[in-house]
Amino acid sequence: MKNPVRSLLLTELLSGMALTLKYFFKPKVTLNYPYEKGPISPRFRGEHALRRYPNGEERCIACKLCEAICPAQAITIEAEPRDDGSRRTTRYDIDMTKCIYCGFCQEACPVDAIVEGPNFEFATETREELFYNKDKLLANGDRWETEIAQNIALDTPYR
Amino acid sequence: MVEFWEGYALPTIMIVAQIMVIVGPLLIAVAYLTLAERKVIGAMQLRKGPNVVGPFGALQPFADAVKLMMKETILPSGSNKIIFIMAPMLTFILSLVAWAVIPFGEGLVVSDINVGILYLFAISSLGVYGVIMAGWASNSKYPFIGALRSAAQMVSYEVSMGLVIITVLLCVGSLNLSDIVMAQKGDYGLLNWYAFPLLPMFVIFFISILAETNRSPFDLPEGESEIVAGFMVEYSSMSFALFFLGEYANMILMSAMAAILFLGGWLPPLDIAPLNWIPGPVWFSLKIAMVLFCFLWVRATFPRFRYDQLMRLGWKVFLPFSLLWVFLTAGVLVTFDLLPVAQ
Repeated sequence: MKNPVRSLLLTELLSGMALTLKYFFKPKVTLNYPYEKGPISPRFRGEHALRRYPNGEERCIACKLCEAICPAQAITIEAEPRDDGSRRTTRYDIDMTKCIYCGFCQEACPVDAIVEGPNFEFATETREELFYNKDKLLANGDRWETEIAQNIALDTPYR
Repeated sequence: MVEFWEGYALPTIMIVAQIMVIVGPLLIAVAYLTLAERKVIGAMQLRKGPNVVGPFGALQPFADAVKLMMKETILPSGSNKIIFIMAPMLTFILSLVAWAVIPFGEGLVVSDINVGILYLFAISSLGVYGVIMAGWASNSKYPFIGALRSAAQMVSYEVSMGLVIITVLLCVGSLNLSDIVMAQKGDYGLLNWYAFPLLPMFVIFFISILAETNRSPFDLPEGESEIVAGFMVEYSSMSFALFFLGEYANMILMSAMAAILFLGGWLPPLDIAPLNWIPGPVWFSLKIAMVLFCFLWVRATFPRFRYDQLMRLGWKVFLPFSLLWVFLTAGVLVTFDLLPVAQ
């Protein structure tokens, strides 16, 4: 009630309403989500994938650094030497319901084997489907390799 | 038999037909008002609003209605069942009953009673009973608080609304709604509408009908952030839908009242060739739509009042101000000998 004339003439209320009316006619920012999607950063941490070398050999050497660093303890790895003597995992499981998508696993990985790809649309109808095993992760790697490689290339200058 | 037919059956059929002609479009208007609300508020928040169901979301209200009908009706075990069920029915019926006296055009009115404005005012005051009954019968604390707030709020704002209506009646000299509209017909077109000579009263009336219909920024009886949904907390399914319909029908009714009292009802803005070809009901609907847009616009703009601010505004600002304006109007009318002639 500092200025009775101003409050009687409702100037503040009217200027507020003028502002909302201005916004009423502005172009809208809505994305029609399933049909339109927003841009995501090359550093986006989405669904996990296990990558392969170009010759088809899997990158993971079962060093278990990711398992050790995982703050949610979502990763379980078992390993033994393969017939040709190289050290490889026999089991690589990620419990996606435990995972907090912190990205520590891909930071820890010395061979860029486990990465978090750009995919964020992997909702499932059952909980069990979110317990990823090695086959699922390798399949993800094969499916998203182009995007993942591009993202790593784009992010390299900053690492 | 002829006497029975002409004396009872035909008038009854005629009245039922008239009721259908009003209630049908009214319910469709209510349905699209809910969509318009979401669209307008969305647009003001730079969103698009519902646009998936049907073209531009045009079928959204019907999808919502079907969803509500599929839901389970829950009767809380501690509630007073009869009153609990009656409350939404009362709210809904009252919001429809009032339309009996609303004139949509010259002579286009179900019942042209001489105390139309008094009837409207009485029915809109009764609306608070639906809310109180719901709050009481739910036997739960949030609905009760919501009902108490609503009762106090509606009583407070009816006082200033009554004084605003008295000001208009002083200028018209009749309580008949058609007479009120015809009194706004003059040589200056829309400048003859009472919204212009009585502008401060129009503003007070508009703010009071916001409070009367429990609309934002006076939506304390619902107050989602404090008391969940106020008196509607315990309701579900169709009983909730009836409250919802009643609230929106009430908004349309109050907008119609504002259009009749201040915006010249069915009169065109200027009585010249292209404008007065458009039939009265169209002008009337356009004016209602304009007031309703302001309802939504206000909701998108202002935050909710605090309860003591609400009471202060009603009793310490609106009441003295509208009382002053009644005296001022009466004084001007008497001094310049402008009092309407009694017919």
